[in-house]
Amino acid sequence: MKRMSFRCCCGLLLLMVPGLALAAGGGEVAPLVIVADTRNTRGLMAFWGNLYNESHLYFTLLTVGLIPLIGILFGVIADFLMSRIGIDLKSREFSEH
Amino acid sequence: MDWLYILMPIAGVQIFWPGLIILGVGVGIIGGFFGMGGAWMVTPGLNILGFPMAFAIGTDIAHMAGKSLISTMRHGRFGNVDYKLGIIMLIGTVVGFELGAQMVMWLERIGSVEKTVRFLYLFLLSFISWLVFYDVFQKRKKEQAARAAGRPVDSTVGIEWHKTFHNIHIPPMIHLKTSGIYCSAWLPIAVSLLTGWLAGILGIGGGLIRMPALIYIIGCPTHVAVGTDLFEVMLSGLYGAATYTYKGRTELVAAIIMLVGASMGAQIGTVATKYIKGYTIRVAFGCAVVGCAVSIVLKLLASYLPGQKAILDGMSTVLVLGVVSALSLYIFVRMLRGARQEIAQRKASVRRVG
Repeated sequence: MKRMSFRCCCGLLLLMVPGLALAAGGGEVAPLVIVADTRNTRGLMAFWGNLYNESHLYFTLLTVGLIPLIGILFGVIADFLMSRIGIDLKSREFSEH
Repeated sequence: MDWLYILMPIAGVQIFWPGLIILGVGVGIIGGFFGMGGAWMVTPGLNILGFPMAFAIGTDIAHMAGKSLISTMRHGRFGNVDYKLGIIMLIGTVVGFELGAQMVMWLERIGSVEKTVRFLYLFLLSFISWLVFYDVFQKRKKEQAARAAGRPVDSTVGIEWHKTFHNIHIPPMIHLKTSGIYCSAWLPIAVSLLTGWLAGILGIGGGLIRMPALIYIIGCPTHVAVGTDLFEVMLSGLYGAATYTYKGRTELVAAIIMLVGASMGAQIGTVATKYIKGYTIRVAFGCAVVGCAVSIVLKLLASYLPGQKAILDGMSTVLVLGVVSALSLYIFVRMLRGARQEIAQRKASVRRVG
């Protein structure tokens, strides 16, 4: 029970810091309600637009989950390509001066 | 040429996708090299490509989180990330940011928040530019004095304010191994609180402020300051992406396309730090800050001269993109040169052994 209430408190605290959104470089967001027009889209794009229209919560969860995954995937691919050049990618010699 | 355009499912606009990749490469290089998110560069770029402003900010944050993750991975392998310092600073950043955001609300109530923020931003950028170039000037002066006295010049540093801060012994004391610092835990907390507060007021990521603060106040080596700052940007970027997406202002498709370019750009920028000395990074960073400051001056002028607004806004955007292109090109060339030298040295040593 204690652990549950601790988690709830943590969750509430997180909700109380929406200002951190700006920490990543943002500014004020216009109070607009936007609906994605999915009439001309098909397949994955239509699914994505529909998910946005139906639930911003699921849309957010999926987006936040996908960003690090895609980041890691692209990072590993870029890492592989970079290692093909033949340079040492595990250490650096230069110091401050 | 329709294939060069892609429909953004949420924003409902057709976007020139190679432009997104090019923008991603540019900010990836600069972000990986300087350790900042680079919102001041991406948002105008996305706007030019046709994104509505509300989506430009959210998409920028989403891509920034992914890009910083890639750069942090690479910097981590070079030993440039002080995770302990990053986590300690995260507490101060969160609290400071909220304080800053609340202050903006208060400023809004009393009016003219935009001009106040722009003037503060300008003052801060001018101070950082002065600090960086004054540091370089001091270093040169000390080097000349050392040469004249016949002493070695290798370990000469310019400003050493951090030594004064390290003398504050308020418990608990912490040892930051990666940065090679022993100081009071309150020092990074206070610095992150201050930088978070400033970032909250200015509505920016904070990399531009945190990177010099890590160097000059906490005393991190330049490379560690870059890596640790990226770690912070990654965490705050993920949170920022979550809140902006929940408000429906993120275009993930665009963020993914930008990440294709940014993943390569981030690698180039990060690997370039391997071949460039700390002080050269500081000078290049100073140039980026000057570019950003001039763009703010142009925006401020536009608010005073409504008749010239379109021209001045255009000049500001051209300047920002010009700075991004010039710095990216410089970093790319330095990285290529360094890599070529390293490969040549390796081949020579293999031949010698053979």
